[in-house]
Amino acid sequence: MYYGLIDGSDESLKKFLRDLPGVDAVGADSRAAMLATRSIKTTSKRWAIDTAISMVDLTTLEGADTQGKVEALCAKAVRPDPTDLSVPSVGAVCVYNDMVSIARTHLDLIGGKHVPVAAVSTAFPSGRASMEVKIQDTKDAIAAGAAEIDMVIDRGAFLSGKYIDVFNEIVTIKEICGDKAHLKVIFETGELVTYDNVRKVSYLAMLAGADFIKTSTGKIAPAATPPVVLVMLEAVRDFYEMAGVRIGVKPAGGIRNTKDAIKQLVLVNETAGPEWLTSSLFRIGASALLNDLLMQRMKMDDGYYASPQYVTID
Amino acid sequence: MTFEYAPAPESRASVSIKPKYGHYIGGKFVTGEKHFPTINPATEEVLSSIALGSKKDVDAAVKAAKKALDVHWSKLSGRERGKYLFRIARILQERAREFAVLESLDNGKPIRESRDVDVPLAAAHFFYHAGWADKLEFAGVGTKAKAHGVVGQIIPWNFPLLMLAWKIAPALATGNTVVLKPAETTSLTALLFAEVCEQAGLPAGVVNIVTGDGSTGALIVNHPGINKIAFTGSTEVGKIIAQSVAGTSKSVTLELGGKAANIVFEDAAIDESVEGIVNGIFFNQGHVCCAGSRLVIQESISDEFIKKLQKRMEKIRVGDPLDKNTDLGAINSRAQLEKIKELSLAGDAEGAERWSPECVLPNKGFWFAPTIFTGVTQSHRIAREEIFGPVLSVLTFRTPQEGIDKANNTPFGLSAGIWSEKGSKILWASQKLKAGVIWANTFNKFDPTSPFGGYKESGWGREGGRHGLTAYLKGVSHE
Repeated sequence: MYYGLIDGSDESLKKFLRDLPGVDAVGADSRAAMLATRSIKTTSKRWAIDTAISMVDLTTLEGADTQGKVEALCAKAVRPDPTDLSVPSVGAVCVYNDMVSIARTHLDLIGGKHVPVAAVSTAFPSGRASMEVKIQDTKDAIAAGAAEIDMVIDRGAFLSGKYIDVFNEIVTIKEICGDKAHLKVIFETGELVTYDNVRKVSYLAMLAGADFIKTSTGKIAPAATPPVVLVMLEAVRDFYEMAGVRIGVKPAGGIRNTKDAIKQLVLVNETAGPEWLTSSLFRIGASALLNDLLMQRMKMDDGYYASPQYVTID
Repeated sequence: MTFEYAPAPESRASVSIKPKYGHYIGGKFVTGEKHFPTINPATEEVLSSIALGSKKDVDAAVKAAKKALDVHWSKLSGRERGKYLFRIARILQERAREFAVLESLDNGKPIRESRDVDVPLAAAHFFYHAGWADKLEFAGVGTKAKAHGVVGQIIPWNFPLLMLAWKIAPALATGNTVVLKPAETTSLTALLFAEVCEQAGLPAGVVNIVTGDGSTGALIVNHPGINKIAFTGSTEVGKIIAQSVAGTSKSVTLELGGKAANIVFEDAAIDESVEGIVNGIFFNQGHVCCAGSRLVIQESISDEFIKKLQKRMEKIRVGDPLDKNTDLGAINSRAQLEKIKELSLAGDAEGAERWSPECVLPNKGFWFAPTIFTGVTQSHRIAREEIFGPVLSVLTFRTPQEGIDKANNTPFGLSAGIWSEKGSKILWASQKLKAGVIWANTFNKFDPTSPFGGYKESGWGREGGRHGLTAYLKGVSHE
């Protein structure tokens, strides 16, 4: 239980989190800035673009989402570039609870059985609901065919020091997911603010059973800044040393172009290591990013930038 | 497939290197008599032929500097001198890429460092001192402070352009004229700087550049027409210079060697400390006088820390200095490589444990893998002597006071680093450390506004900031 690192009590969790070394913000910022200077060209750029495409969690999380919108997104997810079938499918389609069955049905229909549906859960994006509601939210999504659950934590509880409440919520949701769904835990790092908090919450979520730790909902800025992702990657790297399990990382929000995406891959490569450079351990939550990746890919093949009309809008 | 970074070399097209160079004396490029080759240490390719400065050349340079001082430079107002400095700073920025590529070619340092550190900082030094030129009466040495006259400056090969800027910018701001000798192995950016002086319209003779080896340096030090010597280099040569000028009226500043301790306390931010240690010793291949060449770490965290440090070192990219992704470039010269090898072998012989990550070093050129020695004690040579290469000696301590004692137990005292998340401990440690520069939770950060210099055998005087500026002025208190 809990990888043998804590016993699940309030005291043991508090002690574990308190014993973590601090993060020096200036140092973390400068390491992330240094890695952003890596120059990724030619063959390595080509590889990075295809890898990034396979890691995109193609997302629509709008009040205005409809069946038509979600089905269009599914088509894009399976064949991002209909004129070039060598482009891989994306990592997953990410939607709200009530759109899960529409997405699953449509993906199956169009040859996208291999593309999982991720559902945002536990009263996304604020997390402000009773536990009963959060449990039902998750159960609904799994019943409708979600293979991945992106839950939000209770940031209010975390900021007021009630770590055990946050921990227990994750444990409960993980139990519901069981072996039916992968659990991604969203921190909303823009609301937790400090890197020390990001490190603490990363370990808290991993101990509670998260399969992935995820930066943000995409509704709050700043979101997946490079130093925040750096701190999370350090956490999964060190957790592997302690527990022998590789936990995934998902930056989401603010990664809009190929350059940003490649910076993220460099961070992964030089922090957690190349073992994490797979869609089962690294995902990028994004919507606009995919088209920029496709346009850069076309440019590498053709030698010039095409008009945006040569990629599909959804 | 893994994420292999394809080569991303910076283009050499921005630089043009002449097959042969002379000296820059009295505003003219004059031919030398004897020449010696300068090579690219990464490939051993001969880049050019450099003139060996003779007595005749040094005499001519000192004469030109004296003439420029008397007829022109000493008559200008501070504001007018400042204009030239601003102009030089802007030209350095405009030609930044050219300087960065040339520096990496001649020195072997990674383009990422020459591009992001050396050249921008060199420009910053000119900008900073340009601002001082018309405000010297507020420098704290009295309202009647004046220039020494002709200044002889001898600089090392580790930061060729940056050390030139550290020397020339304050000298010109304070109204001195200059005879500068770049290091034997790295003259090219100084000679390109001579072109910048021309471009800036600097009056002839204000800056003179005489290339050569140690014999040329000795001619400058011993020249009766020189009023002040500014030297950066080894403690060994620094001592010779101090002896040479003893009994003369020459002023001297010396910036010499170091064996800096980076002290990591158990309450440090571990990941960022690992970064800081890596930056402290592997920045510029460890060719840094203030390099954090001793890791002094609290025993309670040393095993975990060394493991993390080794993992991090596996990510260091060693290779072509012009590749934008290179972290560790070439050793500057064969002689320096031999010295690093010799001291490392001494480390082995004295029983320290050597570790380097697996890395493929190029066949040609001068290379040394990033290396750490664990199990080092105070009485090992590698804990006492300056290696000036990518070699870190790891020592441990049990209590904070013991850490300080070990850090101070060296004839040097240039810099030190403190790593702790506890503010009170940082303040306590920085009061006890005998070092000219102390960094807390960072390392190798330089700024023209901040004085730099050492205790004990690490040097005399300060460079940079107001303190460095006053070394180029004769105040009332000095007379």
